[in-house]
Amino acid sequence: MDKIELIVCIKQVPLVSELPWDPKTKTLRREMAEGMMDPAAKHALEAALQIRKVMEEKAVAGKKKIRITVITMGPPMSEEVLREALAMGADSGVLLTDPRMAGADTLITSKILGAAIKKVRPDFDLVFCGSAASDSETGQVGPQLAEELDVPAAAYVERLDIENGHIRIQRLCDNFLETLEMDLPALVTIPPRTFFPRHVPLGGLQQSFEGGDVRTLLAADIALSPDLYAAKASPTKIVNVFSPTAEKENIRLRGAAKKVVEELFRRFEDRIGGAAGKDLKISDLKIPE
Amino acid sequence: MADKRNEIWVFGDYRNYFQNRVTLQLLARANAIAPAIDGLVCAVVLGHDVGEYVWEYGAHGADRIYVTDHPDLKTYSGDLYTHLMVKLAEEKRPEIILIGATDFGREFGPRVAKRLETGLTADCVGLEINRDGLLVQTAPGFGGNLLAEIVTPKARPQMATVRPGIFQEIPHDDDRKAEVIEIPLPPDIPRDRVRLLRCEYRPGRDQCLEDARVVICGGRGMGSKSKFKKLFELARLLNGEVGATRPVIYSRWADHEALVGQAGRQVKPRLLFSFGISGAIQHTAAVTDAEFIIAVNKNPHATMMKMADVAIAADANQVCTALIKELKRRLKSS
Ligand SMILES: Cc1cc2nc3c(=O)[nH]c(=O)nc-3n(C[C@H](O)[C@H](O)[C@H](O)COP(=O)(O)OP(=O)(O)OC[C@H]3O[C@@H](n4cnc5c(N)ncnc54)[C@H](O)[C@@H]3O)c2cc1C
Ligand SMILES: Nc1ncnc2c1ncn2[C@@H]1O[C@H](COP(=O)(O)O)[C@@H](O)[C@H]1O
Repeated sequence: MDKIELIVCIKQVPLVSELPWDPKTKTLRREMAEGMMDPAAKHALEAALQIRKVMEEKAVAGKKKIRITVITMGPPMSEEVLREALAMGADSGVLLTDPRMAGADTLITSKILGAAIKKVRPDFDLVFCGSAASDSETGQVGPQLAEELDVPAAAYVERLDIENGHIRIQRLCDNFLETLEMDLPALVTIPPRTFFPRHVPLGGLQQSFEGGDVRTLLAADIALSPDLYAAKASPTKIVNVFSPTAEKENIRLRGAAKKVVEELFRRFEDRIGGAAGKDLKISDLKIPE
Repeated sequence: MADKRNEIWVFGDYRNYFQNRVTLQLLARANAIAPAIDGLVCAVVLGHDVGEYVWEYGAHGADRIYVTDHPDLKTYSGDLYTHLMVKLAEEKRPEIILIGATDFGREFGPRVAKRLETGLTADCVGLEINRDGLLVQTAPGFGGNLLAEIVTPKARPQMATVRPGIFQEIPHDDDRKAEVIEIPLPPDIPRDRVRLLRCEYRPGRDQCLEDARVVICGGRGMGSKSKFKKLFELARLLNGEVGATRPVIYSRWADHEALVGQAGRQVKPRLLFSFGISGAIQHTAAVTDAEFIIAVNKNPHATMMKMADVAIAADANQVCTALIKELKRRLKSS
């Protein structure tokens, strides 16, 4: 192998610390949300960057070319995460954006990402995904993309080495620490645990926005069947979305510590005692007020 | 098929049997929804020497059990299990397939769904049948800040992975007998493309925090290591466990074991106290299953305060001290 192709699938997710939830319409106002790189996918990119470094150091200088391609599917603004990935050290980016791709569930997302990979990097060696994105949290796209590409896969990878056409992996799966090996090409998913992402250098970020190899592909460019409309083709349908926290009573207490604690117990001693399995009722002492 | 009832399949995930009861919980839920769709509850068991699990699933509510028992299935294998499950599903055409959201289930389920070209809802916390006879799957997103109800109107089977600990298992009943159908290992099974070189059992990082009925979480707002220490006293008085946010771990006020969040542990207590925590998504993602949340923060607008049942706008350390005092008084009085 004189050339190695690494691919990282990156999703842009809403920066949800300020979740723009509209309780009236009961929808998430996505257009209000600022985007960020999905944390798990960022760890996946970091894993790719680290493995490239290790391999480059191992190889006789200049003999191996290791290329990292980042791919995202989403609205046009998702391009930001590709630029950020380039600033972190990826070589090129592919933006998949098309109204026909909107509303894809994991099954269709994996088909689209798969079609793109077959188109732009048919000779790929290893695909990296995050173990689960922070918005939908399904963790399904990675394993399903492996099916689409018909390659072996391992999720929750914490350590990996590439050697002579195969990859060796360590992962923790349901209390089992497993050492696995699979032939390339293959796919791994990376949890946001072990590959802590480097900081993006500001200068690099600026550079990647000015130059940087990013190309945009439409549905037709990746040979998606012309009658495939993601929203229609997706087998799952969301029928209702609600916010469990929005339905909480959210009782507000304020004032001096002693006072609020007394009030807390007056109103919730059963709940607190019930959870603790202790009787917190005051028997012979006088209940304040 | 022997009868035309709609089969509801539960994947028999028996690894870590004593900690992981999710298969039994799913059998119970399958029994609860079965009448609405004239359903037959079936378990699918793949492995070697799995007789005792077959017995157990029967005693916990399976009407029918498909078993493939073969030495080649001695260890869990994503590749082989996917192949076998897909083949069996193509033949028997179940209406629904439920899989426990264990690490294995969350890797295996998507692959089965992909090959069957059907929908899969991840990590469900609710399963109902609606008026149209469809499985309504409730799944969390955005770290539990949103719940979505999802259906699969046309594609079959309807598939879900389901979070452990949501449903209550049916008590063991030896008089229940399931019909056991043995499925021989097909001759054409593919080679496993993933080679398992080593597999060590790591008997759980202890699950104290995960299982605690009371969790006391502290954040940067506790102010210092010595103030943070008071949370341990509070926890002792309430039979609880102490959790922490990442800045607390970085400042070494608590061990890494205590980290609650995306990068740490997931908690689901009946009562959660949250002291001096802003409520970043990486933290809240892991606490939204708490039944009742009491948050203390001097900033009333902090996200954590918005998601609390009781939000106390005050100094975290002072409230903690007052709580300890009041608890001691009450515990002495009873
Ligand atoms: C990939 C990734 C993974 C992460 N994983 C995790 C994780 O698993 N767990 C985790 O916790 N974090 C995680 N983080 C970090 C997370 O984003 C937040 O930075 C962290 O949760 C904030 O902790 P905090 O609330 O204690 O601190 P801060 O955000 O600094 O909040 C402190 C709060 O205390 C309040 N306060 C201050 N003084 C007082 C006082 N005297 N009395 C009462 N209130 C007071 C303030 O109003 C503020 O709301 C992760 C981040 C990333 C990028
Ligand atoms: N639209 C997308 N574009 C690129 N990668 C994606 C997309 N959706 C999911 N992924 C990848 O799949 C991982 C898991 O996502 P999910 O299955 O949605 O939880 C992410 O961390 C990404 O690596």
